[in-house]
Amino acid sequence: MKQLDALLAHCTEQAFDLHFSKARQWKAAEPGRLLLGFLPIYFPREIVHAVNGMGVGIMGVGDRKQIIKGDAYYQSYICHLPRGVIEMALDNSLDDFDGFVFPAICDCVRNLSGMFKLVERGKFQRYFDYPQNFSPSIGGVFFRQELEKVLDDLFQVNGVKLSTEKLNHAIGLYNTNRKLIEHIYQIRQDYPWRLSAVDTYHIIRAGLVMTVEEHNQILEQVVEVISEERGEPLDNIRVVISGSFCEQPPIGLLKSIEMAGCYIVDDDLMLGSRWIQGDVDDKSDDPLGAIVDAYLTKSTFSSAVYDVGNPKGDRLVKLVKERHADGVIFSAASFCDPALLDKPEMQKACDAAGIPQINFQFHENTGQFKVIKEQAGTFSDSIKLWA
Amino acid sequence: MADIKDAIKEKSMVIQKDMLADLFKELGNTKETGKKVVYTFVPGNLTELILSFDMLPVYPEINALQSGMRKKSAEYIREAEKLGFSEDVCTYVKCDIGMMLKGNIGPTGETLPPPDLLLLSYTGCFTFMKWFENLERLYPGVPVAMLHTPYQEDGKITPEQLEYMVKQLKEEVIPKMEQVSGKAFDMDRLSKMMVNSAKAEDLLVKILESAKHKPSPIDAYFAGVYYIGPIFTAFRGTDAAVEYYTELYHEVQERIRLGLGPITPEGEMKEEKFRLVVEGPPNWTNFREFWKIFYDMGAVIVASSYTKVGGVYDLGFRHDPDEPLESLAKYCMGCYTNMNLPQRVNLLADYVKEYKADGFLINSIKSCNSFSAGQLMIMREIEHRSGVPVGFIESDLVDPRYFSYANIKNRLESYFQMLGQRKVILSQEGVEV
Ligand code: SF4
Ligand code: SF4
Repeated sequence: MKQLDALLAHCTEQAFDLHFSKARQWKAAEPGRLLLGFLPIYFPREIVHAVNGMGVGIMGVGDRKQIIKGDAYYQSYICHLPRGVIEMALDNSLDDFDGFVFPAICDCVRNLSGMFKLVERGKFQRYFDYPQNFSPSIGGVFFRQELEKVLDDLFQVNGVKLSTEKLNHAIGLYNTNRKLIEHIYQIRQDYPWRLSAVDTYHIIRAGLVMTVEEHNQILEQVVEVISEERGEPLDNIRVVISGSFCEQPPIGLLKSIEMAGCYIVDDDLMLGSRWIQGDVDDKSDDPLGAIVDAYLTKSTFSSAVYDVGNPKGDRLVKLVKERHADGVIFSAASFCDPALLDKPEMQKACDAAGIPQINFQFHENTGQFKVIKEQAGTFSDSIKLWA
Repeated sequence: MADIKDAIKEKSMVIQKDMLADLFKELGNTKETGKKVVYTFVPGNLTELILSFDMLPVYPEINALQSGMRKKSAEYIREAEKLGFSEDVCTYVKCDIGMMLKGNIGPTGETLPPPDLLLLSYTGCFTFMKWFENLERLYPGVPVAMLHTPYQEDGKITPEQLEYMVKQLKEEVIPKMEQVSGKAFDMDRLSKMMVNSAKAEDLLVKILESAKHKPSPIDAYFAGVYYIGPIFTAFRGTDAAVEYYTELYHEVQERIRLGLGPITPEGEMKEEKFRLVVEGPPNWTNFREFWKIFYDMGAVIVASSYTKVGGVYDLGFRHDPDEPLESLAKYCMGCYTNMNLPQRVNLLADYVKEYKADGFLINSIKSCNSFSAGQLMIMREIEHRSGVPVGFIESDLVDPRYFSYANIKNRLESYFQMLGQRKVILSQEGVEV
């Protein structure tokens, strides 16, 4: 118990360390190490690990930093995430990063990559275009070329060449990482009271700013502790949160949902850490090809991925059923086109499957949760009443 | 394109009106003619390819802007919001979906046919993908051809990107077009159309660059979207487009010869007081009022980025009959919104210089992330590099709730006042203005 408390305290601190102290210490400990910052949602950190680097997730500043300069760069009708990120860049919090990757999710992140170029932060700044064509000979080839570009950028920084052995090793580590995270979700599916959604969130988010080796150790210990009974089951409903894959809701919002009587049994909050569903082949002669193949065939559903032929709504319904959830909470950042434009069709799919839902919008620094708590409370009560 | 009632019209404008009326008539007759209809986007459009299969293009963005001008967009947007679309998202999407839900009545009052193919040329705007994912569900069973255009993140088009595009054209887009149209792909026909495309492109560039003259014979923003640019998208590659641009080019030459300024809906602009470069789309719901604020103050837009969403031809790109598929690919990747932010800044800074602009203005669109995210940084950069006064106004494309006439007018009046004062100071210092 004590052990878990200590782990949680550590993860809670790390998850919102906007100075990225652990990552910087790691880099400073040995010459030739590098830090690559990446924005939501997904980036295959394996390739960075394999060339003596650490892929560090930059998930925004949440409600932990006052935005002063960032607001001068963004109109009020643009989501909050990029203004926090540019604030960090301008106040030198990101100075130890060697380069940045901006995975394709929307035009705000895309244009932010250009802003980083203009303010010259990092030695390179790459908008990382994921293929929207999933044929191995078309999209697969393109994706590989995108990865090679980043590898080349990294090579320019520390001169480390990618080797099959090292990449396979890194793939193995991240396979373990995803497996452990999934294990936690599995345990929480059956016993959600053993680890709160907020704690789960802190634990997974902390993994974006420390080595995967350390994170795996933490996850193993968490799995060990929550494999035993702890906590008290409550008469809560079970919900899946959808739409929070990029700008992250404030912790207060997650707490409010839990306090209103909802167990969050799945979500897309730290989607990047769970992107590949299952293992990437870690014994391949062509490990880069294995990463490409996993992206094409094992990616989770997301607003970032073209879904004709395999609609997100159906995949959400499937997830809800697998998790035995009672309902869905659509929770998207305000002005987030990808999440908000997907919502109506996903709601329709839920309606068709008889899955109740509610929806609200947030900013990462929203401070008022009364309305959300009431809404979630009413949702929970109504589900219990009609169950 | 824009149907401004009682506006003064030149011959080219009449030709354009007829061309568009014919297109919409043809679209209205597809049941009888059996012609297939392709819905697609303006940036990265594959007009020549569509026409080479004898199919007809429909551009949902153009429908949306037309709905805005016809004061229908508020109703359509409401309709989409009832369906669960947030107030925060791109209003073009909502307007288009609302229009479809309300019977798909096109700008000429005729019902637009449903699509036979959704050609998702995913170029320069992430929302396009969301838009067509939604349309695919609203038109069940209609095939979608996805053409993913990689972003010029490094400020250039790479051979790998080109290869990716061409493969998609060959293996995804063309086979779907063959299947829908029932016709085999004809490379020769496509190539021949590109001869026309390049001719029209040469003319278009000459017309847009005529704004370098003082006074400028055209307004490269309002008139740019009103009658100079629109024909381009739907008719590129045809003889009619070349004829139209030839006529327009002669008209513009004549205006230069006579020393005339641009035509506005209320006739000729008399005195050119301010020359501006504008970034961002216009507002459509109050297009005429918006334009009037400018021409009443003697402000001419000499260059704009919005007229480049369908291609930045002034940077030299031309469709090439010798490599039709490659040039379609390059065309898509070269569109303005597919350029990275430093490229956009460079282009706009060059415009300010080359077109001898007195100021740089941004019309920031509330619901368009593709344009708006990063615009404040663009503004700072342009101010820093060119030294001209910069202005910033906000509105929306087709949501009338976000067009505040008084607010915009006040801001613009102060801005023009500032430009005026600067001119006085500069002329006192002996600087040519
Ligand atoms: S929150 Fe949404 S709109 Fe904002 S950067 Fe993320 S994906 Fe883009
Ligand atoms: S976001 Fe902007 S560029 Fe994209 S569809 Fe909407 S209006 Fe067009």
